[in-house]
Amino acid sequence: MMPLPWAMVFFPWVGALVLLALPKLRVAAAVNIGCAAISFVLALALFTLPHGEQGWTRIDALNLPFVLLASFVALTTAIFSAATLAAEGFDHWRIRAYHGAFQVFLGAQYLALLSDNLGVLWVAIEIATLASVLMVAVHRTPAAMEAAWKFFMLCGFGIALALFGTILLYSAAQALLDAESGLSWVALRRVAARCDADTLNLAFVFLLVGYGTKAGLVPLHSWLPDAHAEGPIAISAVLSGLLLNAAMLAVLRAKAIVGAHPDTLAVGPFLMALGLASVLLASLALWRRRDARRFFGWSSIEHMGIAAFAFGIGGPAANLAGLLHMIGHSLVKSAIFFGIGRAAQQKGSQKLADISGLIASDPWLGWGLALAIGAIAGLPPFLLFASEYAVLNAAIVAQPWLAVALALGLVLAMTALIHTLQALCFGAPTPDVAPSGSALAVLVPLWLHLAVALLLGLAMPSIFSSFLKAAAGMIG
Amino acid sequence: MSFGQLPYDLAHLLGGAVLLLSFVLLYQRRIAAVINAFATQGALLALAAAWQGYVQGAAGLYVTAAIAFGAKAVLIPFALHRLVRRFNLQRGVDPALGIGVSMIAGVALAGFAMLVVLPATAGQRALAREDLALALSVVLLGGLMMITRRNLISQVIGLLSLENGLILAAVGVAGMPLVMELSTAALVLMLAVIAGVFALQMGESFQSLDTESLDTHRGEGE
Repeated sequence: MMPLPWAMVFFPWVGALVLLALPKLRVAAAVNIGCAAISFVLALALFTLPHGEQGWTRIDALNLPFVLLASFVALTTAIFSAATLAAEGFDHWRIRAYHGAFQVFLGAQYLALLSDNLGVLWVAIEIATLASVLMVAVHRTPAAMEAAWKFFMLCGFGIALALFGTILLYSAAQALLDAESGLSWVALRRVAARCDADTLNLAFVFLLVGYGTKAGLVPLHSWLPDAHAEGPIAISAVLSGLLLNAAMLAVLRAKAIVGAHPDTLAVGPFLMALGLASVLLASLALWRRRDARRFFGWSSIEHMGIAAFAFGIGGPAANLAGLLHMIGHSLVKSAIFFGIGRAAQQKGSQKLADISGLIASDPWLGWGLALAIGAIAGLPPFLLFASEYAVLNAAIVAQPWLAVALALGLVLAMTALIHTLQALCFGAPTPDVAPSGSALAVLVPLWLHLAVALLLGLAMPSIFSSFLKAAAGMIG
Repeated sequence: MSFGQLPYDLAHLLGGAVLLLSFVLLYQRRIAAVINAFATQGALLALAAAWQGYVQGAAGLYVTAAIAFGAKAVLIPFALHRLVRRFNLQRGVDPALGIGVSMIAGVALAGFAMLVVLPATAGQRALAREDLALALSVVLLGGLMMITRRNLISQVIGLLSLENGLILAAVGVAGMPLVMELSTAALVLMLAVIAGVFALQMGESFQSLDTESLDTHRGEGE
């Protein structure tokens, strides 16, 4: 009998094989939703298992909440995708490729989150990259090709550095490991205290820059806004909602190994520097965007920067704030992309200037999007308000001067977001050029995400918060 | 094992030769020559992997060597040559940075790699350390090639040669789990296939493999 975490990984890949054989849009979209729904049930079932390793996978307090989150976002995105894909005008080859790549991507995400072996983790992130490059390029317009090429080249470079870091990590620990444990995270963490500190430092730098590229951290962030602007809009939702989190958790796993050695460099300042640079650059870049999807892509860079900054401060409180921030960002950002997707279809353009007055023309969409953008800007009462407040608090205690810079970035970004919120949702409506598809399949996921973000912000279920507290302790 | 013993000397020589080929890649002016230099590097990498397999007594490394030879010395160069002929790209590679400047940058990067890796791995065997230093140089030079070339095929080869550096690092660390080498090799192949598809499609839509033609589509398209 296959362990449940393995089933979680392989099931979407079997689904991908089936989807590759389905040329009809409606059938493929329904099967896609079905696969995502079963994955969601499997993710819930993982919570009943005892924590620990099953061969090359491991379930613990750090990855379980993110697996559940990923499968939830995947399910709502599959529903959204089914409702909006007809407007993309795909031929049957693209329908096959798109749905197949979608499930391959999901399986790779679950593998990246669940893997205990750092080699397997690397392979998973690589597969996720390849699948998402295909989905970004699926329209084959020059802009899509440029975005996919940049994505492919930068992430190929980043991921190569991450592999070099993994090899260095193994070379540091090789004398202390037995043959079976290989690249196991648990085994590496156990022996880390007796490894050579300098080699660990070097390995961490490579792992941070490598996986940091995939997490959208400055300076190798520039693939992210382009990739978010191309391909069917469902891709933007899973890129921001899933891929960035998986890459950030990989950085955290590396941090936990290196941090287990008493004499290594403090890794916190590296994370804080990259995080703060991401927040500041994004908070300025947000003011210059004219494309809605690119705008919210930049906002993802800002939020991953905030999370990285929190993990850089370290300690249970800041780590918890960082984890909460990642969860809140995934929920709200994918909700925003659902709303923007519908608005862009109605208005026939994804330029910010062409989308205006959504509340007047489509109140449920307009208000949903307004609340979601408010939430991503850090306004109460959503989860992101609580987490940003906690990050700032921890920063003021640990690094008062950096807290000032962080607050400046947050305020700049917030005003840019509110500015865009006003333009998109209020004001005189621009005319609709195309009839949009089913409203329910877009609005239900959007409002559901908002409701979950609200619930987690106001009253987090105790089982979830105990998981996250344990996770915050694990990453040190 | 140290200087003056055959296992060490030969491994060092092969690693150095792979690095040398990275420099050769930097100063080629014709695409066909770039591809040939890359094929030579792939063959040398396969030799280095096989020699490590012999020295470490690890049969799995022979598989790695065979995959590296088949993919990097034969298949990928063959495919790239066909691509070049099909689109009639027998022209210069048009580096964004002059040859002289990129050679100097290359030497600086190789020196940087030595300075970073050698002190940081002081606790390990001499061979593993120097292998890692050579490998990091190859990785960085691959990255340099990706940056300094505007031609699409040169950029792809930069990425592939960068992956050569990774394999060199992986085979040099004794006992590195085989799973990883196999998957690395397989994935490199996939990368090349996808890149090839890209190149092909861009060839159709732009009649050129110059990434400069893509620059107008960058960012907000202003």
